[in-house]
Amino acid sequence: MSGPLNWFSQIGSITKFGLLSLPQRLGAVAATVIGIAGVVAVLVGVLSIATGFRQAMAVSGSPDGAIILRSGADSEMVSGFGRDETRIIADTPGIARTAQGPLASAELFVIIDLPKRSTGTDANVPLRGVEPAALLVRDNLRIIQGRMFEWGKDEVIVGRGAAQEFAGLDVGSNIKVGRYEWPVVGIFSANGGAAESEIWTDAKILQDAYNRGDSYQSVSVRLISPDAFPAFKDALTSNPQLNVQVIRQTDYYAQQSQTLTRLITTLGFLIAFLMAIGAIFGALNTMYSAVAARTREIATLRALGFGSSAVVVSLLLESLLLALVGGVIGGVLAYVAFNNFHTSTMNFQSFSQITFAFKVTPRLLMRGIVWAAVIGLIGGLFPAIRAARLPIASALREL
Amino acid sequence: MKFLHLIWSNLRRKKLRTSLTLLSIVVAFILFGFLAAIQEALVGGVALAGADRLIVREKVSIINLLPVSYEARMDRIPGVDFSTHQTWFGGVYQDPKNFFMQNPVEPEKFLKMHPEIILPPDEEKAWLATRTGAIVGRRTAERFGWKIGDKVPIRSTIWTQPDGSQTWTFDIVGIYDGKDKGTDTTPMFFRYDYFDEARQQWGKGQVGWYTIRIKDPSQAAEVAKRVDEEFENSPAETKTEPEGAFIQGWASQLGNIVFIVAAILSAVFFTILLVTGNTMAQAVRERTGELGVLKAIGFTNAQVVALVLAESCLLTVIGGVVGLGLARAITPVVAQNLAGLLPMFFLPTHDLFIGFGLSIALGLVTGIFPALQAMRLRVADALRRM
Amino acid sequence: MSENNANSGTLVQVERVGKVFHRGSEEIHVLADLSLKVPAGEFLALMGPSGSGKTTLLNLIGGLDRPTNGSVAVAGERLDQLSDHALAAWRARHIGFVFQLYNLMPVLTAERNVELPLLLTHLSRAERKKHVETALAVVGLSHRAKHYPRTLSGGEQQRVGIARGIVTDPTLLLCDEPTGDLDRKAGDEILNLLQSLNREHGKTIVMVTHDPHASARAVRTLHLDKGQLSNGEVK
Repeated sequence: MSGPLNWFSQIGSITKFGLLSLPQRLGAVAATVIGIAGVVAVLVGVLSIATGFRQAMAVSGSPDGAIILRSGADSEMVSGFGRDETRIIADTPGIARTAQGPLASAELFVIIDLPKRSTGTDANVPLRGVEPAALLVRDNLRIIQGRMFEWGKDEVIVGRGAAQEFAGLDVGSNIKVGRYEWPVVGIFSANGGAAESEIWTDAKILQDAYNRGDSYQSVSVRLISPDAFPAFKDALTSNPQLNVQVIRQTDYYAQQSQTLTRLITTLGFLIAFLMAIGAIFGALNTMYSAVAARTREIATLRALGFGSSAVVVSLLLESLLLALVGGVIGGVLAYVAFNNFHTSTMNFQSFSQITFAFKVTPRLLMRGIVWAAVIGLIGGLFPAIRAARLPIASALREL
Repeated sequence: MKFLHLIWSNLRRKKLRTSLTLLSIVVAFILFGFLAAIQEALVGGVALAGADRLIVREKVSIINLLPVSYEARMDRIPGVDFSTHQTWFGGVYQDPKNFFMQNPVEPEKFLKMHPEIILPPDEEKAWLATRTGAIVGRRTAERFGWKIGDKVPIRSTIWTQPDGSQTWTFDIVGIYDGKDKGTDTTPMFFRYDYFDEARQQWGKGQVGWYTIRIKDPSQAAEVAKRVDEEFENSPAETKTEPEGAFIQGWASQLGNIVFIVAAILSAVFFTILLVTGNTMAQAVRERTGELGVLKAIGFTNAQVVALVLAESCLLTVIGGVVGLGLARAITPVVAQNLAGLLPMFFLPTHDLFIGFGLSIALGLVTGIFPALQAMRLRVADALRRM
Repeated sequence: MSENNANSGTLVQVERVGKVFHRGSEEIHVLADLSLKVPAGEFLALMGPSGSGKTTLLNLIGGLDRPTNGSVAVAGERLDQLSDHALAAWRARHIGFVFQLYNLMPVLTAERNVELPLLLTHLSRAERKKHVETALAVVGLSHRAKHYPRTLSGGEQQRVGIARGIVTDPTLLLCDEPTGDLDRKAGDEILNLLQSLNREHGKTIVMVTHDPHASARAVRTLHLDKGQLSNGEVK
């Protein structure tokens, strides 16, 4: 009947006719494209929340970083060390060293109340007391505004995320710490990681302000290399003077956000799943109508000799094309609306706020476009097959 | 209604298209129900809060403890009926994923303060008689298959026992139910006296927060102020607020949930609107001739408009009812999997009514333009087109 | 509603009626200065080539369209003075239509189709049922009452159309090419039916047709050409 080359040219012609007739069917076409765009935009948007949160957690820890807590504590909040213990930990082999000493920072933290910029209501923000090595123990810490606080002085620096989400954290303003008021002297960035949700000051100053004596809650260290971890951990856990647990920084942050990640991901996927199903029904509907509107046209083509399979393929192509256009539009919409949308939420495990940004990653965008393609294919397949199988004579007579 | 048969028959034309439109409407309303449940789980507690109860916590954060001695001082403040305390235990039952709240309380006062907790009198008596006794909510009891008489071990991450172990064992002496559908029946409550005596290290004699019953709900703000003034300049300053505001504060910490839910729903319904509207418009366009015949027979413009609107509304309302019904049926299943993350996950009845209203509105909006088109049809033209 | 006709017994009075259609910027005068009287009880055929305006004239008589000038009166009522709403109600009460392509609703059974005009009345369900049964009996289709149009032959569908046209016992029955889509045999059956409705039931019928066989059954035939009437023979 027709050779393969002929077949392709048939597909080309039919598709061309279809696309040329688009302006006549503008209403239905627009409905399809906008519908798919809307679905993809919401899908990508909702999932960008989980993506952004996971990314913030992933960036928070470096592979050669470790955190030491009291044994049995499942978060910094309930952990506690004395000064001596922190010294022993800092002297353990495996920790990277500079001329100033080991890269180990004994830390403690408290919660203070600050109003959220978005809702005006109070939120719990962590205030962390650190030692000089803290800036080197964590990755990518940079002062981006103002200056670092002076050791021994009642001054704080604020994480970029916290400054964005909570009111009263501009350089030069004062924050209320218990009974005192301390000035904000700088803003730091940490590549979007968890540290950006926090406010930092000198650990000794914080201890004084909160009557903590000489106790700390955790020690953060930077190891010589990621492989040094197992030996380091053994050294500490086998030390009879200590009662500690040693966790890789990356593992620790993953653990800390487990509940929240699970919540966001579960809800996000449920919503996304329902939307996808709805979109498929919608697409099927519009595709069936679109094909039904062109029954006579398609039957004419077949009467003229165009093959059924060519008809099916070209209808599918058209459906796919429209869906992809919708998908791209939806993706762009989602990117513009959601990417780097900054927000903060409550992390139950630390009982304080954690700031992060929605992230529309290239991977997520690809996913959105793939969904659009799937919707377009499923939506176009059955109508296309039906159009190709309709008896030509009756289709021609259809008004 | 004698026209019902006509309307219904028109919908049965092009069954496939009608079914697909119906299905997308159903899905939209399942989503609506689902999101309503999420919103209720996160923010709904506010409505159930006692109007005559205040929550007193440490001024900066609830994780900071308050002295138990405050209770006597609080009871003396004018406007206060009585007060009682609770503390965060932070325990784990077998797996951290099995999270539920366990708080030490003063049994008699606690039950008096919370009438929404329904405990049979004999179980209450057993609790008062058993030091290591605990009552647990129906939801959690069913989740783990606990019965009265079971011994339940809970591992605390914060508190240790005299023998150094972090495992506390409680005797289940009662299972309570909630008065309202939304009352949280996941927490477990045990006795403060046992807790305080046994706990080691820091925190002895200190509690997490207080609940106050005030004599006159309209005096809530004044009494709250008096409480905070009483403890101003003490080592632990307080923040007192009505229970509803307290819960609201938690929800706000979580984020602007209401806004996000509303945004998602708007996007979804807008998309559905497009799909359904397109379907209706097509359906009317195809039936121009038939509508002309109806007008020829003597149907007035108003009747033709009503016919088209009735069709679109029938479609959306059926879809809405089915979708909401499915959502209602599915939420318990989802709730099982979310237990621990969102304690009370269900679809409130008032949201069902809102959903129903929305389905009617959807029908009207999608039907109005095609209906007006049908109305403006000139009979002679329509007949000629047939 | 007063009877102010000079000749009592005149059911339809069309006086100096003109109809102009606009296609784009063109003006098409389909009817011009046309006058016509139809006495009650007559079976009138309107004949003419396509484009002569016969369907337009029928539409004017049936209140489906308005004249550009002139007046149309049926049973003493001036149609051109009624509002759209009143016209619809008037049509429901006074007119029965029979179309060339039957124009049945495919989603309704024969009896439901016949019932349609009755939905506009205040009759009860039981009363409506009775009228439908009577109408279907008159056209001889009682045994096909529960069939859908797609399972009926052309002739049967048209008979359902006629049943629908007479179910409200209208003042006037208007037929637009009723046999146009039927073969000779089926067409003859329809014409027999129309004739019997006229002779035995006294129905006034105005029928548009281009088929001389059909017009031969009528009592009077008028010819329409380029919007002008000319008298045919009166039998």
